[in-house]
Amino acid sequence: MNPFFSRIMALTAGDRQADRVVPPTGFTVKLTVFTSAAMAFLAVFALALSMATGRLADRWSDALARTATVRISAPEGQMQAQTDAVLNVLSTTPGVSEARVLTDEEQRALLTPWFGPDLPIDSLPLPQLIELTEDSNGYDAEGLRLRLSAEAPGAVLDDHTRWRRPLVRAAGRLRTLGWISILLIGLTTAAMITLSANAALAANAKLIRVLRLVGARDVYIARAFVRRFTGRALQGAAVGTICGMIAVALLPGEDSAGGFLTGLGFKGFGWIIPLFIPPLAGFVAFWATRAAALRVLKEIN
Amino acid sequence: MIELDKVAHSYGGGELLSDITLRLAHGSFHFLTGPSGAGKTTLLKLCYGDLMPSAGHVRLFEQDVRNMSRDEVARIRRRIGVVHQDCQFLDHLSLAENVMLPLVVAGKDPAEEEQNLADLLGWVGLAKQAHSLPPELSGGERQRAALARAVIMSPDVIIADEPTGNVDWDMSLRILQLLVELNKMGKTILIATHDLNLIRAAKAQVAARVLRIKDRRVQLAGADL
Repeated sequence: MNPFFSRIMALTAGDRQADRVVPPTGFTVKLTVFTSAAMAFLAVFALALSMATGRLADRWSDALARTATVRISAPEGQMQAQTDAVLNVLSTTPGVSEARVLTDEEQRALLTPWFGPDLPIDSLPLPQLIELTEDSNGYDAEGLRLRLSAEAPGAVLDDHTRWRRPLVRAAGRLRTLGWISILLIGLTTAAMITLSANAALAANAKLIRVLRLVGARDVYIARAFVRRFTGRALQGAAVGTICGMIAVALLPGEDSAGGFLTGLGFKGFGWIIPLFIPPLAGFVAFWATRAAALRVLKEIN
Repeated sequence: MIELDKVAHSYGGGELLSDITLRLAHGSFHFLTGPSGAGKTTLLKLCYGDLMPSAGHVRLFEQDVRNMSRDEVARIRRRIGVVHQDCQFLDHLSLAENVMLPLVVAGKDPAEEEQNLADLLGWVGLAKQAHSLPPELSGGERQRAALARAVIMSPDVIIADEPTGNVDWDMSLRILQLLVELNKMGKTILIATHDLNLIRAAKAQVAARVLRIKDRRVQLAGADL
């Protein structure tokens, strides 16, 4: 085992004798545990947000990027001719693997959310939609537009970029914000642990003095405090993480109409990731207390 | 063991001690005396690395304190047992745990030293009080417990600051007896006291030398005490 790991193991195993040396302090313990729990709870949400928006951004850029739509608006009589012309153009365009005319039912399904189910679709001059799917090489959108305008003047190519770009960018930003939140939560935890460790060290100045006088090395004294604060942070973060995960699990499930809001949460193996929050909190507490203790000790003879 | 070479010490204001040259040889027995506020405690603190000299050199076990790291100071303190004027116990630990503290912080297993501890507490007459907390002990019991803690690491040097400060004469003699026994076992002893009767009582048993602080300097007192 590497030395760092074995040190962590030794810490969690505890040293009853050394733990007795630092007297227990009631109220501040509870505050440290509580803050650590609250921070872990928030971290679970920030993590859920980052991961959900990450998935969303991937899905949008993936699903939307691979398809495009050609919309044909033409007078009643020319509709079929132009549709055939467009299909013909598409079938000879390199990079387009498939082109499909949407049926009336599909078009109706697309419109239902906006106009309700009783729409008399037959009586409306609806444009015809053709969905095309790219192959892995992609096609030249500008070239296709030019050819379409020559062959079928009523056809407009919509390659979804217009929709996709701001959405993907927004999702990406949201994900970044999520990670920044996690970083801030970590730093706040470190600051909080440092403050409460400083308070504990100040309250135990006489004890530290006595330990120094009987020949204790700085690391021994620091360890007594570090062990205690790492333990508290671990405990608190474990409780906070479990509560956060339960809260996320109880969020309403994803449904097709709800879009991205209900997608907040973890998927599959994603549930393992929040379990790293308590050890991470312990790690932060370990270094924060150690730094605080060694800094304070330098000023005590 | 402990050497002071032209040492001075000042607390912000003027010099409290100046030009002090002193050598505590192995197995020697020294008293340090002088009026209150003369700097007895300060001189003792210089001898166990609790204070740094403002001039001159303090060498503990052939090592200059100025060049010692904090860890080296900690290690030196395990070789010098100190009985502090105010005992310096941890009030939330029992007497036995307080006496064991130097062993615990040195990373020794206290379970292995059970017998040692029992012998030591028997020697200072505190076997029955092993589980009492320090605030429950009388002045004399605290002083003897402090002495037990000072010797548990089997140090080479024992420094005691007014070990008989607030105990009656019988108890003073008992504590002195313990220190004399330690000296006969080969330990170097340095005791700060203003109790001249105690020094006389000691002189009857060991070849004790008396250092007196006067006008910021240390003088070797004559046999006229």
